[in-house]
Amino acid sequence: MPKTTLQDLNISAQCKKYNLPLWQCPHFFFVIMGVVMTGVISAVYSIGLHYLDDPQVIALVILFLAAALFIITFVITKAFEKMAEANRLKSEFVSIVTHQLRSPLTSLSWAVEALISGEFGKIDEKQLEFLKILKENNSRMGELIKDLITVTKVEDGSQFKNKESVSLEGITKDLVFKFQPFLQASGVELIIKADENLPQVMTVASQIKIAVENLVDNAIRYAKSRNGAKGLIEILIKKREKNIQFEIEDNGVGIPEEDQKYIFQKFFRSRNVKEAQPYGSGLGLFITKSIIGRLGGKVGFKSEEGKGTTFWFILPIK
Amino acid sequence: MKKILFIEDETSLQKAFGTILKDKGYEVVSAFDGETGLKLAKDERPDLILLDLILPKAHGFEVLKKLKEEKETQQIPVIVLTNLEEMENVGKALELGAMAYLIKAQYSLEEVLGKIKKALGES
Repeated sequence: MPKTTLQDLNISAQCKKYNLPLWQCPHFFFVIMGVVMTGVISAVYSIGLHYLDDPQVIALVILFLAAALFIITFVITKAFEKMAEANRLKSEFVSIVTHQLRSPLTSLSWAVEALISGEFGKIDEKQLEFLKILKENNSRMGELIKDLITVTKVEDGSQFKNKESVSLEGITKDLVFKFQPFLQASGVELIIKADENLPQVMTVASQIKIAVENLVDNAIRYAKSRNGAKGLIEILIKKREKNIQFEIEDNGVGIPEEDQKYIFQKFFRSRNVKEAQPYGSGLGLFITKSIIGRLGGKVGFKSEEGKGTTFWFILPIK
Repeated sequence: MKKILFIEDETSLQKAFGTILKDKGYEVVSAFDGETGLKLAKDERPDLILLDLILPKAHGFEVLKKLKEEKETQQIPVIVLTNLEEMENVGKALELGAMAYLIKAQYSLEEVLGKIKKALGES
């Protein structure tokens, strides 16, 4: 038997190749369908044998139909396989491209930084202004690439394998500490309120950090932009039956009603947000929703334009 | 004058960062692939090696492994300077004997220069 046929028969290896769990894997379904069909044929044959005069004819007809169905199923399965392969290649392509883009961006960033420092000769005000534009745009491209890499990793599921016991409160406090300079620069006050004796969550710490970081980053960006008024953010972490709920409320620009249904779409940025913050990839909320979904949780929000937004997510404790 | 071997296949980064390092008073030896990097490490005996991971001819991990196996080069400190940010790569590099693992996109020039000074015992 050729080696490729043997590899095709290894269902577990085939599913792993596409990063799919067994119950979502076309190869597994193919085998299940085969078993079901064989069972049906046997059952019909058995019924025919006991209740009809010429069961062999019926069984042959059914066998023929089953064979036809089997071929069709095989074709469908192959199509699924092709789709999964295309998706895997797409993720691989995005990953390679984004990694390759990072290196030239680094040289650009460091070269501009060296020029701005003035160590390679004096720079006049106009030159400095242009160099700062270069630096800012370089940094934006860097952020976009970082988001694209995160999206690729979330979609291929490769980062969700190692669950551990994690304190959501601890992760949130660490992140807020990291955001202190940004909070101060933006004139935004952030309060964390957490239930006492919160249980730990069995989850993937690195991914939860990304999800929470996106929500905190968004809240600060849009809370500070509200008619020059002081921004206020409140984070609530509480236990809800078998889940932990995280809630982040800001008094920022809010999301216009007509945009709310699109808010978790890839690259979507609402009208008033573009006015308040012209730059942004529109990937943050998509990433957060994908991560929480992968970890078995749910994400939602309520918002009123001009008044503020509350994003929340729940995660199963175990 | 301290000597730095910079193993990096990105030409623009070699030029830009090499110039900056020379301006800071270091002697810079450049290698654009893993094999040349290994050869230069033995021939030039640098005080520090800056090593990228995705390299032609020999992957950065292979280079690092050989550097730490060879008697002539095992004492030279190696800083991995890459854009691969996966935790398993960080762990593997440190396990193989790298002194530090820096993700290029996450460090400013000043921070990287600070790490180099520290590795060379200058701060």
